[in-house]
Amino acid sequence: MSNPAIDSSVDVGLEAAVERVTGAAALQRRPWLGILRNALRLGRTQIGVAIVALLLAIALFGPLVAPHSPTEFVAVPNTGPSSDALFGADALGRDVLSRFLHGGLSVLWMAASATLIGVIAGVGIGLVAAYSRGWVDDVLMRASDVVLAFPQIILALLAVSAIGSKLWLIVLVVAVGHIPRVARVMRGAAQEVVERDFVKAAEAVGEKRSRIVFGELLPNVTSPLLVELGLRMTYSIGLVAAVSFLGFGLQPPSSDWGLMINENRLSITVQPWAVLLPVLAIGLLTVGTNLITDGIARAAIGIDRRAER
Amino acid sequence: MSKLIWRRLALGVLTLWLISLIVFAAVLALPGDAATAILGKEATPDRVAALRDQLNLNDSVVSQYLQWIGGVVTGSFGESAATQQPVSELLSERVGNSLFLVLIASLVAIPLSIALGVWLAMKRDRPADHIGSTVSLVLAALPEFVIGIGLVLLFATSVFQWFPAVSLLAPGERAWEAPKYVVLPAATLVLAVTPYISRIMRGSMIEVLESEYVTMARLKGLSERTVIWRHAVPNAIVPAIQVAALQLAWMAGGVVVVEFVFSYPGIGPALVEGVANHDMPVVQTVVMLAAAVYVLMNLVADLATILVTPKLRTAAR
Repeated sequence: MSNPAIDSSVDVGLEAAVERVTGAAALQRRPWLGILRNALRLGRTQIGVAIVALLLAIALFGPLVAPHSPTEFVAVPNTGPSSDALFGADALGRDVLSRFLHGGLSVLWMAASATLIGVIAGVGIGLVAAYSRGWVDDVLMRASDVVLAFPQIILALLAVSAIGSKLWLIVLVVAVGHIPRVARVMRGAAQEVVERDFVKAAEAVGEKRSRIVFGELLPNVTSPLLVELGLRMTYSIGLVAAVSFLGFGLQPPSSDWGLMINENRLSITVQPWAVLLPVLAIGLLTVGTNLITDGIARAAIGIDRRAER
Repeated sequence: MSKLIWRRLALGVLTLWLISLIVFAAVLALPGDAATAILGKEATPDRVAALRDQLNLNDSVVSQYLQWIGGVVTGSFGESAATQQPVSELLSERVGNSLFLVLIASLVAIPLSIALGVWLAMKRDRPADHIGSTVSLVLAALPEFVIGIGLVLLFATSVFQWFPAVSLLAPGERAWEAPKYVVLPAATLVLAVTPYISRIMRGSMIEVLESEYVTMARLKGLSERTVIWRHAVPNAIVPAIQVAALQLAWMAGGVVVVEFVFSYPGIGPALVEGVANHDMPVVQTVVMLAAAVYVLMNLVADLATILVTPKLRTAAR
């Protein structure tokens, strides 16, 4: 993620002056680039990137190469593989392969949006809490505790029960579940930075609060930020797919990996392919994002994956 | 009891109260009239009026909340909007089945993952350690329903047919009377939490194994077994206990999805059905229950930390 607070800064003269005073933060202008470069040298990151790229390609280009329409009835329900339907027909007699090729995009965009919203808001709240201390910190952290008291899937189900199975709601509620979790980590990481001299120097120069938080703190917590981004993406995929699998995501006759598992799970003994393909895809995707996250965590030394979810 | 612990308990109660506000507010968020939203547009005015009365929708919001929370505290959760059955009756057996599942899963997962962590720490940087860390990386990434369906595909359908794919208990039959139905759901939960606990145990164990008192114990000529289990493990286990409690807390949500995978007659399928029917009394009860377990386990994790960390323990006095 680039750093708009630094890049879009208008007053170049002031920035130069502050740079002379503070140094530390400004020296590493794009620390995230270095971490990503180091991470990509690790075998596990490369495997992760390859897996994610493969599934991204399936999700993006799958609809173009699908042999059938995802809603077309091609065979007797639950028939096994044939020359016309490579992986057989699903519980309603539609082509499993075509539905699989059409079903990846929804999980990906929903998980990616939920991750972005959750991480951006969480980083903002965590950094502001760490910098403000006092009552602002207390209020933000108590509010986090309340959201944290709900397991994320339960929070999603509560929202869906009240408002209905809307895609934007699922994205939003997954994001809201991420916010306090991300905020806690970022607050913890920023608390040490707040004590450092260059922050005091920036304060002495009369920097605005927002510029200190996003110009001085943010560049110094990029390692945990990148790890959170990867971690939350992994969990977003699982949560979005789970909501879909429970039947509250995309509705029939849409093709979606989670929904596919739900529709075909009762005929798993006669036609395992209709369940196996989407399960494999979701599983691989989460393993891929987790490998990348692990690579980033190892590249940004001193950061280990946490034991919470 | 000490001030720190009381403070933590009070915070837990405060959190539960705030949760109850959110859970209650879910009814207010129902689009339009709550009774119509629950019953659907085809409902007769009589039915809507009856439900409005049953849900106390004609009272003020504050009095609605007070009536609801009063019921929750005294164990009366109202009636299911779908079946008219009291929620407590509807859920009592299911809660028992879910608790049994979680209990079995944690009784297996906690000792297993701690032993695994110790073993991996002793095999540090050897092939077993690398395999272990890769497997745990994969398992930690997989959503619980993917693990569950993977087990079904492997052990209930295609490859081996050792266990039933769905846990359909006979009416009135309890989970502990039909162990074969519990194996796969419990195994799913075990696989979902083990990587998190064993990973922490391994890390903490490695740190302890490098400490001077372990070297000292070895130099004294104690057997390796005594060194590990008498000296190292008790000192390394604290973070693992904390994480184990957090993983138990996670199960409060994870169990819902896993039970749905296996149609296991616990709170999971009941919640899913409740959500589908907008059966708010059922949804609210299950959500309150899950959140209460979650808060309780987090409390246990914190208290465990306070009690076993010498510095905090002293501060707590």
